[in-house]
Amino acid sequence: MKRWEIKKVLEREIESLPQGVTIPEAGTSENYITGTWRTFKPVIDFEKCTQCLFCFIFCPDSSIEVDNGKVVGVDLKHCKGCGICAAECPRNAISMIEEREEG
Amino acid sequence: MITRQVLALTGNAAVAFALKQINPDVVAAYPITPQTTIMEEFSQYVANGEVDTELVRVESEHSAMSASIGAAAAGARTITSTSSQGLALMWEELYIASGLRLPIVLVNVNRSLSAPINIHCDHSDSMGARDSGWIQIFCENAQEAYDMTIIAVKLAEDKRVRLPVMINYDGFIISHSIDRVEILSDEKVQQFIGEYKPEFSLLDRNNPVTMGAFDSLGGFYYEYKKIQCEAIDNSLQVMQEIFDSFELISHRQYRTVEKEMIDDAEIIFVIAGSFCGSIREKINEYRSRGIKTGLVKVRSFRPFPDNSYREILKNAKAVLIFDRSTTPGAKGGPLYIEILGSLYGVEKPPEVFNFIYGLGGRDLELDEIDKSLEITEKALRGEVVDRVHWISLKKKEV
Repeated sequence: MKRWEIKKVLEREIESLPQGVTIPEAGTSENYITGTWRTFKPVIDFEKCTQCLFCFIFCPDSSIEVDNGKVVGVDLKHCKGCGICAAECPRNAISMIEEREEG
Repeated sequence: MITRQVLALTGNAAVAFALKQINPDVVAAYPITPQTTIMEEFSQYVANGEVDTELVRVESEHSAMSASIGAAAAGARTITSTSSQGLALMWEELYIASGLRLPIVLVNVNRSLSAPINIHCDHSDSMGARDSGWIQIFCENAQEAYDMTIIAVKLAEDKRVRLPVMINYDGFIISHSIDRVEILSDEKVQQFIGEYKPEFSLLDRNNPVTMGAFDSLGGFYYEYKKIQCEAIDNSLQVMQEIFDSFELISHRQYRTVEKEMIDDAEIIFVIAGSFCGSIREKINEYRSRGIKTGLVKVRSFRPFPDNSYREILKNAKAVLIFDRSTTPGAKGGPLYIEILGSLYGVEKPPEVFNFIYGLGGRDLELDEIDKSLEITEKALRGEVVDRVHWISLKKKEV
Protein backbone atom coordinates (compact mmCIF):
# COMPACT_ATOMS: atom_id res chain seq x y z
CA MET A 1 0.00 0.00 0.00
CA LYS A 2 1.28 3.45 -0.92
CA ARG A 3 1.92 5.78 1.96
CA TRP A 4 2.06 9.52 2.24
CA GLU A 5 5.14 10.84 3.93
CA ILE A 6 3.88 13.11 6.68
CA LYS A 7 6.82 15.50 6.34
CA LYS A 8 6.14 15.93 2.63
CA VAL A 9 2.42 16.40 3.28
CA LEU A 10 3.19 19.33 5.55
CA GLU A 11 5.26 20.93 2.79
CA ARG A 12 2.24 21.00 0.49
CA GLU A 13 0.63 24.20 -0.71
CA ILE A 14 -2.86 25.14 -1.80
CA GLU A 15 -2.21 24.02 -5.39
CA SER A 16 -1.42 20.42 -4.46
CA LEU A 17 -4.21 19.50 -2.04
CA PRO A 18 -6.57 16.67 -2.96
CA GLN A 19 -10.17 17.64 -3.75
CA GLY A 20 -12.55 17.40 -0.83
CA VAL A 21 -9.84 16.53 1.70
CA THR A 22 -9.83 13.01 0.25
CA ILE A 23 -6.47 11.43 0.98
CA PRO A 24 -5.57 8.72 -1.52
CA GLU A 25 -4.58 6.17 1.10
CA ALA A 26 -6.37 4.40 3.92
CA GLY A 27 -5.72 4.22 7.65
CA THR A 28 -4.01 7.59 7.89
CA SER A 29 -4.98 7.95 11.55
CA GLU A 30 -2.16 5.53 12.28
CA ASN A 31 0.20 8.40 11.50
CA TYR A 32 -1.44 10.55 14.10
CA ILE A 33 0.23 9.80 17.42
CA THR A 34 -2.28 10.32 20.21
CA GLY A 35 -0.30 8.46 22.89
CA THR A 36 1.17 11.75 24.07
CA TRP A 37 -2.26 12.83 25.37
CA ARG A 38 -2.07 10.14 28.06
CA THR A 39 -1.82 10.80 31.79
CA PHE A 40 -2.46 7.23 32.94
CA LYS A 41 -1.37 4.17 31.04
CA PRO A 42 -2.92 0.72 31.21
CA VAL A 43 -0.71 -2.05 32.52
CA ILE A 44 -1.95 -5.60 32.04
CA ASP A 45 -1.28 -8.23 34.70
CA PHE A 46 -1.06 -11.38 32.57
CA GLU A 47 -1.20 -13.55 35.74
CA LYS A 48 -4.82 -12.43 36.20
CA CYS A 49 -5.77 -12.05 32.51
CA THR A 50 -8.06 -14.82 31.21
CA GLN A 51 -7.88 -13.66 27.57
CA CYS A 52 -11.60 -12.80 27.48
CA LEU A 53 -10.75 -9.94 25.03
CA PHE A 54 -13.18 -7.51 26.68
CA CYS A 55 -10.47 -4.84 26.62
CA PHE A 56 -9.94 -5.37 22.91
CA ILE A 57 -13.68 -5.05 22.23
CA PHE A 58 -14.20 -1.97 24.38
CA CYS A 59 -11.07 0.01 23.45
CA PRO A 60 -12.30 3.03 21.45
CA ASP A 61 -8.90 3.53 19.84
CA SER A 62 -8.13 -0.06 18.80
CA SER A 63 -5.04 0.09 21.00
CA ILE A 64 -5.15 -3.36 22.55
CA GLU A 65 -2.62 -5.44 20.67
CA VAL A 66 -3.82 -8.94 19.86
CA ASP A 67 -1.73 -11.67 18.32
CA ASN A 68 -3.09 -15.06 17.41
CA GLY A 69 -6.31 -14.37 19.31
CA LYS A 70 -4.51 -13.37 22.48
CA VAL A 71 -3.96 -10.00 24.12
CA VAL A 72 -0.24 -9.32 24.06
CA GLY A 73 0.01 -5.65 25.05
CA VAL A 74 -1.07 -2.06 24.49
CA ASP A 75 -0.25 0.16 21.52
CA LEU A 76 1.11 3.08 23.52
CA LYS A 77 1.57 5.21 20.40
CA HIS A 78 -2.18 5.56 20.14
CA CYS A 79 -3.63 4.68 23.59
CA LYS A 80 -4.99 7.93 25.09
CA GLY A 81 -5.24 6.43 28.57
CA CYS A 82 -9.02 6.67 28.85
CA GLY A 83 -9.14 3.69 31.23
CA ILE A 84 -12.15 1.98 29.66
CA CYS A 85 -10.18 -1.29 29.37
CA ALA A 86 -9.38 -1.18 33.09
CA ALA A 87 -12.98 -0.38 34.00
CA GLU A 88 -14.39 -3.19 31.84
CA CYS A 89 -11.88 -5.93 32.69
CA PRO A 90 -13.89 -8.57 34.65
CA ARG A 91 -10.80 -9.81 36.46
CA ASN A 92 -9.36 -6.39 37.34
CA ALA A 93 -6.26 -7.42 35.46
CA ILE A 94 -5.61 -3.92 34.08
CA SER A 95 -4.43 -1.08 36.28
CA MET A 96 -4.01 2.54 35.25
CA ILE A 97 -0.57 3.77 36.28
CA GLU A 98 0.25 7.45 36.25
CA GLU A 99 2.88 8.02 33.59
CA ARG A 100 5.31 10.00 35.77
CA GLU A 101 5.43 7.28 38.46
CA GLU A 102 7.25 5.13 35.97
CA GLY A 103 9.93 7.82 35.55
CA MET B 1 -38.65 18.89 -33.29
CA ILE B 2 -39.61 18.70 -29.68
CA THR B 3 -42.63 16.66 -28.77
CA ARG B 4 -44.20 18.29 -25.79
CA GLN B 5 -45.68 16.10 -23.14
CA VAL B 6 -47.65 18.13 -20.64
CA LEU B 7 -48.86 16.84 -17.29
CA ALA B 8 -50.89 18.44 -14.53
CA LEU B 9 -48.69 17.96 -11.48
CA THR B 10 -48.13 19.53 -8.10
CA GLY B 11 -44.62 20.84 -7.56
CA ASN B 12 -43.82 17.87 -5.35
CA ALA B 13 -45.23 15.38 -7.86
CA ALA B 14 -43.17 17.05 -10.58
CA VAL B 15 -40.02 16.66 -8.50
CA ALA B 16 -40.90 13.03 -7.64
CA PHE B 17 -41.33 12.45 -11.37
CA ALA B 18 -37.93 14.04 -12.04
CA LEU B 19 -36.42 11.77 -9.36
CA LYS B 20 -37.95 8.75 -11.09
CA GLN B 21 -36.40 9.79 -14.39
CA ILE B 22 -33.04 10.50 -12.74
CA ASN B 23 -33.17 7.07 -11.06
CA PRO B 24 -30.62 7.91 -8.35
CA ASP B 25 -28.56 5.18 -6.69
CA VAL B 26 -29.49 6.22 -3.18
CA VAL B 27 -32.25 8.37 -1.69
CA ALA B 28 -32.25 8.86 2.08
CA ALA B 29 -35.03 11.03 3.44
CA TYR B 30 -37.31 11.67 6.37
CA PRO B 31 -40.82 13.07 5.96
CA ILE B 32 -41.68 16.64 6.91
CA THR B 33 -44.45 18.95 5.73
CA PRO B 34 -44.51 20.26 3.02
CA GLN B 35 -41.83 17.99 1.52
CA THR B 36 -43.55 14.71 2.48
CA THR B 37 -45.45 14.07 -0.75
CA ILE B 38 -42.23 14.02 -2.81
CA MET B 39 -41.04 10.98 -0.91
CA GLU B 40 -44.54 9.52 -0.68
CA GLU B 41 -44.73 9.44 -4.48
CA PHE B 42 -41.13 8.46 -4.95
CA SER B 43 -41.45 5.52 -2.55
CA GLN B 44 -44.30 4.27 -4.75
CA TYR B 45 -41.96 4.30 -7.74
CA VAL B 46 -39.49 2.32 -5.63
CA ALA B 47 -42.16 -0.16 -4.48
CA ASN B 48 -43.37 -0.62 -8.07
CA GLY B 49 -39.85 -1.36 -9.24
CA GLU B 50 -39.87 1.65 -11.57
CA VAL B 51 -36.48 2.77 -10.24
CA ASP B 52 -33.40 0.92 -8.99
CA THR B 53 -32.92 3.31 -6.11
CA GLU B 54 -31.93 2.16 -2.64
CA LEU B 55 -34.44 4.12 -0.56
CA VAL B 56 -33.16 4.55 2.99
CA ARG B 57 -35.94 5.38 5.42
CA VAL B 58 -33.89 7.01 8.14
CA GLU B 59 -35.03 8.09 11.60
CA SER B 60 -34.34 11.84 11.26
CA GLU B 61 -33.03 14.46 8.87
CA HIS B 62 -29.72 14.37 10.74
CA SER B 63 -29.50 10.75 9.66
CA ALA B 64 -30.86 11.54 6.18
CA MET B 65 -27.95 13.85 5.46
CA SER B 66 -25.48 11.52 7.21
CA ALA B 67 -26.66 8.59 5.10
CA SER B 68 -26.50 10.78 1.99
CA ILE B 69 -22.91 11.73 2.79
CA GLY B 70 -22.00 8.07 3.29
CA ALA B 71 -23.69 7.08 0.05
CA ALA B 72 -22.07 9.90 -1.91
CA ALA B 73 -18.67 9.05 -0.42
CA ALA B 74 -19.22 5.50 -1.63
CA GLY B 75 -19.70 6.92 -5.11
CA ALA B 76 -23.49 6.74 -5.36
CA ARG B 77 -25.63 9.33 -7.12
CA THR B 78 -27.47 10.58 -4.04
CA ILE B 79 -30.56 12.71 -3.54
CA THR B 80 -32.48 13.77 -0.45
CA SER B 81 -35.18 16.28 0.35
CA THR B 82 -36.51 18.15 3.33
CA SER B 83 -38.09 21.37 4.64
CA SER B 84 -37.75 23.80 7.51
CA GLN B 85 -36.82 22.13 10.84
CA GLY B 86 -35.58 19.18 8.80
CA LEU B 87 -33.02 21.33 7.03
CA ALA B 88 -32.14 22.87 10.39
CA LEU B 89 -31.50 19.39 11.79
CA MET B 90 -29.21 18.67 8.82
CA TRP B 91 -27.16 21.76 9.56
CA GLU B 92 -23.90 20.25 10.79
CA GLU B 93 -23.87 17.69 8.00
CA LEU B 94 -24.47 20.33 5.30
CA TYR B 95 -20.98 21.67 5.95
CA ILE B 96 -19.49 18.17 5.83
CA ALA B 97 -21.13 17.45 2.47
CA SER B 98 -19.76 20.64 0.91
CA GLY B 99 -16.36 20.37 2.62
CA LEU B 100 -15.91 16.84 1.31
CA ARG B 101 -17.09 18.08 -2.13
CA LEU B 102 -19.83 15.48 -2.39
CA PRO B 103 -22.32 16.11 -5.21
CA ILE B 104 -25.50 15.48 -3.22
CA VAL B 105 -28.75 17.02 -4.46
CA LEU B 106 -31.17 18.27 -1.80
CA VAL B 107 -34.67 19.37 -2.71
CA ASN B 108 -35.72 21.85 -0.03
CA VAL B 109 -39.38 22.78 0.00
CA ASN B 110 -39.29 26.18 1.69
CA ARG B 111 -41.08 26.46 5.00
CA SER B 112 -40.75 28.79 7.98
CA LEU B 113 -38.89 27.87 11.16
CA SER B 114 -40.47 27.66 14.61
CA ALA B 115 -41.42 29.45 16.87
CA PRO B 116 -44.33 30.05 16.60
CA ILE B 117 -44.80 26.73 14.88
CA ASN B 118 -45.95 27.21 11.32
CA ILE B 119 -45.90 24.85 8.36
CA HIS B 120 -46.22 27.44 5.60
CA CYS B 121 -43.72 29.01 3.29
CA ASP B 122 -40.96 31.45 3.82
CA HIS B 123 -37.29 31.27 2.94
CA SER B 124 -35.83 31.21 6.46
CA ASP B 125 -34.80 27.56 6.18
CA SER B 126 -32.65 27.91 3.07
CA MET B 127 -31.33 31.33 4.11
CA GLY B 128 -30.16 29.74 7.35
CA ALA B 129 -28.05 27.39 5.24
CA ARG B 130 -26.71 30.03 2.89
CA ASP B 131 -23.19 29.89 4.33
CA SER B 132 -22.95 26.10 4.35
CA GLY B 133 -21.11 25.91 1.03
CA TRP B 134 -24.07 24.52 -0.92
CA ILE B 135 -25.14 25.86 -4.28
CA GLN B 136 -28.66 27.27 -3.79
CA ILE B 137 -31.14 27.63 -6.62
CA PHE B 138 -34.66 29.10 -6.33
CA CYS B 139 -37.69 28.17 -8.43
CA GLU B 140 -40.87 30.05 -9.28
CA ASN B 141 -43.21 27.19 -10.21
CA ALA B 142 -43.55 23.43 -10.62
CA GLN B 143 -41.96 23.52 -14.08
CA GLU B 144 -38.83 25.14 -12.72
CA ALA B 145 -38.76 22.74 -9.76
CA TYR B 146 -38.84 19.82 -12.21
CA ASP B 147 -36.22 21.31 -14.50
CA MET B 148 -33.89 22.45 -11.73
CA THR B 149 -33.93 19.04 -10.03
CA ILE B 150 -32.61 17.47 -13.23
CA ILE B 151 -30.15 20.31 -13.80
CA ALA B 152 -28.92 20.05 -10.18
CA VAL B 153 -27.68 16.50 -10.72
CA LYS B 154 -25.55 17.50 -13.68
CA LEU B 155 -24.30 20.66 -11.97
CA ALA B 156 -23.33 18.93 -8.71
CA GLU B 157 -21.49 16.15 -10.52
CA ASP B 158 -19.63 18.35 -12.99
CA LYS B 159 -15.90 17.78 -12.42
CA ARG B 160 -15.31 21.52 -12.23
CA VAL B 161 -17.93 21.86 -9.49
CA ARG B 162 -18.28 18.72 -7.29
CA LEU B 163 -20.43 20.52 -4.77
CA PRO B 164 -23.80 19.73 -3.23
CA VAL B 165 -26.78 21.56 -4.71
CA MET B 166 -29.93 22.68 -2.90
CA ILE B 167 -33.05 23.28 -4.98
CA ASN B 168 -35.54 25.56 -3.23
CA TYR B 169 -39.18 26.16 -4.00
CA ASP B 170 -42.10 27.54 -2.03
CA GLY B 171 -44.00 25.21 0.29
CA PHE B 172 -47.67 24.68 -0.58
CA ILE B 173 -47.92 27.41 -3.23
CA ILE B 174 -45.60 25.40 -5.47
CA SER B 175 -45.32 22.07 -3.67
CA HIS B 176 -49.06 21.39 -3.35
CA SER B 177 -50.67 23.38 -6.18
CA ILE B 178 -51.35 21.65 -9.45
CA ASP B 179 -49.50 23.31 -12.27
CA ARG B 180 -48.80 22.76 -15.94
CA VAL B 181 -45.54 20.85 -16.27
CA GLU B 182 -43.86 19.92 -19.51
CA ILE B 183 -41.85 16.78 -18.99
CA LEU B 184 -38.95 15.34 -20.91
CA SER B 185 -38.68 11.72 -21.97
CA ASP B 186 -36.82 9.36 -19.65
CA GLU B 187 -34.16 8.87 -22.35
CA LYS B 188 -33.57 12.60 -22.69
CA VAL B 189 -33.17 13.00 -18.94
CA GLN B 190 -30.75 10.07 -18.74
CA GLN B 191 -28.81 11.36 -21.73
CA PHE B 192 -28.63 14.83 -20.21
CA ILE B 193 -27.39 13.82 -16.76
CA GLY B 194 -25.12 11.08 -18.13
CA GLU B 195 -23.37 8.45 -16.09
CA TYR B 196 -21.88 9.53 -12.77
CA LYS B 197 -18.21 8.72 -12.45
CA PRO B 198 -17.10 9.54 -8.93
CA GLU B 199 -13.53 10.69 -8.34
CA PHE B 200 -13.18 8.38 -5.34
CA SER B 201 -15.26 5.67 -3.77
CA LEU B 202 -15.04 4.31 -0.26
CA LEU B 203 -16.14 0.96 -1.72
CA ASP B 204 -13.17 0.79 -4.10
CA ARG B 205 -10.96 -1.69 -2.24
CA ASN B 206 -8.19 -1.45 -4.78
CA ASN B 207 -7.82 2.28 -4.25
CA PRO B 208 -8.50 2.89 -0.58
CA VAL B 209 -8.92 6.50 0.50
CA THR B 210 -9.41 8.47 3.70
CA MET B 211 -12.29 10.92 3.76
CA GLY B 212 -12.97 13.44 6.48
CA ALA B 213 -9.51 13.26 8.02
CA PHE B 214 -8.49 15.47 10.94
CA ASP B 215 -6.81 18.66 9.74
CA SER B 216 -5.99 21.10 12.48
CA LEU B 217 -3.33 23.64 13.41
CA GLY B 218 -0.38 23.31 11.07
CA GLY B 219 -2.61 21.66 8.48
CA PHE B 220 -4.63 22.94 5.57
CA TYR B 221 -8.12 23.80 6.84
CA TYR B 222 -7.61 27.42 5.77
CA GLU B 223 -6.49 26.41 2.27
CA TYR B 224 -9.38 23.95 1.88
CA LYS B 225 -11.88 26.70 2.66
CA LYS B 226 -10.30 28.92 0.01
CA ILE B 227 -10.46 26.09 -2.54
CA GLN B 228 -14.10 25.51 -1.65
CA CYS B 229 -14.94 29.20 -2.08
CA GLU B 230 -13.23 29.26 -5.47
CA ALA B 231 -15.11 26.14 -6.52
CA ILE B 232 -18.51 27.63 -5.71
CA ASP B 233 -17.55 30.91 -7.42
CA ASN B 234 -16.52 29.01 -10.54
CA SER B 235 -19.73 26.99 -10.50
CA LEU B 236 -21.64 30.06 -11.68
CA GLN B 237 -20.23 29.78 -15.18
CA VAL B 238 -20.77 26.02 -15.24
CA MET B 239 -24.35 26.57 -14.10
CA GLN B 240 -24.98 28.83 -17.10
CA GLU B 241 -23.37 26.28 -19.44
CA ILE B 242 -25.66 23.59 -18.06
CA PHE B 243 -28.71 25.87 -18.37
CA ASP B 244 -27.74 26.41 -22.01
CA SER B 245 -27.39 22.71 -22.74
CA PHE B 246 -30.71 22.10 -20.97
CA GLU B 247 -32.32 24.66 -23.26
CA LEU B 248 -31.29 22.54 -26.26
CA ILE B 249 -33.36 19.60 -25.03
CA SER B 250 -36.24 21.50 -23.44
CA HIS B 251 -36.51 24.86 -25.24
CA ARG B 252 -36.69 26.43 -21.82
CA GLN B 253 -34.16 29.16 -21.18
CA TYR B 254 -32.66 29.82 -17.77
CA ARG B 255 -30.17 32.38 -16.50
CA THR B 256 -28.24 32.60 -13.23
CA VAL B 257 -30.12 35.88 -12.74
CA GLU B 258 -33.48 36.03 -14.51
CA LYS B 259 -34.52 39.43 -15.81
CA GLU B 260 -37.74 40.57 -17.41
CA MET B 261 -38.64 43.96 -18.89
CA ILE B 262 -35.33 45.35 -17.65
CA ASP B 263 -33.90 47.24 -20.64
CA ASP B 264 -35.65 50.56 -20.04
CA ALA B 265 -36.72 49.87 -16.44
CA GLU B 266 -36.32 52.69 -13.93
CA ILE B 267 -37.82 50.81 -11.00
CA ILE B 268 -36.77 47.20 -10.58
CA PHE B 269 -38.36 44.59 -8.33
CA VAL B 270 -36.13 41.76 -7.07
CA ILE B 271 -37.75 38.63 -5.64
CA ALA B 272 -37.24 34.88 -5.29
CA GLY B 273 -39.86 32.15 -5.50
CA SER B 274 -43.53 31.90 -6.31
CA PHE B 275 -44.50 35.54 -5.75
CA CYS B 276 -42.61 36.48 -8.92
CA GLY B 277 -46.00 35.86 -10.56
CA SER B 278 -47.81 38.53 -8.56
CA ILE B 279 -45.02 41.02 -9.13
CA ARG B 280 -44.99 40.26 -12.87
CA GLU B 281 -48.74 40.83 -13.02
CA LYS B 282 -48.30 44.19 -11.31
CA ILE B 283 -45.38 45.21 -13.50
CA ASN B 284 -47.50 44.64 -16.59
CA GLU B 285 -50.16 46.87 -15.08
CA TYR B 286 -47.65 49.58 -14.12
CA ARG B 287 -46.18 49.48 -17.62
CA SER B 288 -49.61 49.96 -19.15
CA ARG B 289 -49.78 53.12 -17.01
CA GLY B 290 -46.39 54.24 -18.30
CA ILE B 291 -44.35 53.40 -15.18
CA LYS B 292 -41.15 51.77 -16.37
CA THR B 293 -40.81 48.81 -14.04
CA GLY B 294 -38.90 45.56 -14.42
CA LEU B 295 -38.42 42.25 -12.66
CA VAL B 296 -35.30 40.46 -11.51
CA LYS B 297 -35.94 36.91 -10.38
CA VAL B 298 -33.45 35.18 -8.14
CA ARG B 299 -32.20 31.94 -9.68
CA SER B 300 -28.83 31.28 -8.07
CA PHE B 301 -28.52 32.67 -4.56
CA ARG B 302 -25.30 30.74 -3.84
CA PRO B 303 -23.13 31.46 -5.69
CA PHE B 304 -24.48 34.99 -5.75
CA PRO B 305 -24.04 36.47 -9.25
CA ASP B 306 -22.66 39.70 -7.86
CA ASN B 307 -21.48 41.22 -11.17
CA SER B 308 -24.73 40.44 -12.96
CA TYR B 309 -26.81 42.12 -10.26
CA ARG B 310 -24.57 45.19 -10.39
CA GLU B 311 -24.82 45.42 -14.17
CA ILE B 312 -28.58 44.90 -14.22
CA LEU B 313 -29.40 47.24 -11.35
CA LYS B 314 -26.82 50.02 -11.53
CA ASN B 315 -28.71 52.29 -13.94
CA ALA B 316 -32.10 51.96 -12.25
CA LYS B 317 -33.55 54.82 -10.22
CA ALA B 318 -34.83 52.49 -7.54
CA VAL B 319 -34.59 48.83 -6.62
CA LEU B 320 -37.26 47.13 -4.50
CA ILE B 321 -36.00 43.98 -2.87
CA PHE B 322 -38.54 41.53 -1.54
CA ASP B 323 -37.22 39.24 1.18
CA ARG B 324 -39.20 36.26 2.39
CA SER B 325 -37.02 35.86 5.47
CA THR B 326 -35.42 38.09 8.02
CA THR B 327 -31.98 38.49 9.50
CA PRO B 328 -32.88 39.56 13.02
CA GLY B 329 -30.56 42.25 14.26
CA ALA B 330 -29.27 43.11 10.79
CA LYS B 331 -30.29 46.01 8.58
CA GLY B 332 -32.76 44.03 6.47
CA GLY B 333 -33.40 40.70 4.77
CA PRO B 334 -30.56 38.58 3.37
CA LEU B 335 -31.28 39.36 -0.28
CA TYR B 336 -31.33 43.10 0.48
CA ILE B 337 -28.01 43.02 2.28
CA GLU B 338 -26.48 40.94 -0.52
CA ILE B 339 -27.60 43.35 -3.23
CA LEU B 340 -26.53 46.42 -1.25
CA GLY B 341 -23.08 44.83 -1.29
CA SER B 342 -23.23 44.30 -5.05
CA LEU B 343 -24.10 47.95 -5.60
CA TYR B 344 -21.30 49.32 -3.44
CA GLY B 345 -19.06 51.65 -5.37
CA VAL B 346 -21.50 52.16 -8.24
CA GLU B 347 -21.53 55.75 -9.45
CA LYS B 348 -24.99 57.24 -8.70
CA PRO B 349 -26.38 54.06 -7.15
CA PRO B 350 -30.13 53.47 -7.22
CA GLU B 351 -32.30 53.99 -4.14
CA VAL B 352 -32.69 50.57 -2.57
CA PHE B 353 -35.64 49.50 -0.43
CA ASN B 354 -36.37 46.27 1.35
CA PHE B 355 -39.82 44.76 1.74
CA ILE B 356 -40.20 41.88 4.16
CA TYR B 357 -43.16 39.77 3.04
CA GLY B 358 -44.73 36.34 3.25
CA LEU B 359 -43.27 35.10 6.55
CA GLY B 360 -45.02 31.96 7.72
CA GLY B 361 -47.03 31.83 4.49
CA ARG B 362 -48.57 35.32 4.84
CA ASP B 363 -50.07 36.30 1.49
CA LEU B 364 -48.54 39.17 -0.44
CA GLU B 365 -51.61 41.09 -1.57
CA LEU B 366 -51.50 42.95 -4.86
CA ASP B 367 -52.31 46.27 -3.14
CA GLU B 368 -49.30 45.72 -0.89
CA ILE B 369 -47.15 45.64 -4.02
CA ASP B 370 -48.80 48.96 -4.96
CA LYS B 371 -47.87 50.20 -1.50
CA SER B 372 -44.22 49.30 -2.08
CA LEU B 373 -44.25 51.28 -5.31
CA GLU B 374 -45.89 54.26 -3.55
CA ILE B 375 -43.19 54.24 -0.88
CA THR B 376 -40.54 54.18 -3.61
CA GLU B 377 -42.11 56.99 -5.60
CA LYS B 378 -42.30 59.08 -2.43
CA ALA B 379 -38.58 58.58 -1.93
CA LEU B 380 -37.85 59.45 -5.54
CA ARG B 381 -39.73 62.72 -5.03
CA GLY B 382 -37.28 63.51 -2.26
CA GLU B 383 -39.28 62.53 0.80
CA VAL B 384 -37.46 60.75 3.60
CA VAL B 385 -38.72 57.16 3.97
CA ASP B 386 -37.55 54.11 5.86
CA ARG B 387 -35.38 51.63 3.99
CA VAL B 388 -36.92 48.47 5.38
CA HIS B 389 -40.69 47.86 5.41
CA TRP B 390 -42.83 45.06 6.74
CA ILE B 391 -45.65 45.60 4.30
CA SER B 392 -48.21 43.02 5.39
CA LEU B 393 -48.48 43.77 9.11
CA LYS B 394 -51.91 43.60 10.71
CA LYS B 395 -52.03 46.95 12.45
CA LYS B 396 -54.19 50.00 13.03
CA GLU B 397 -54.06 52.32 10.06
CA VAL B 398 -52.52 55.60 11.12
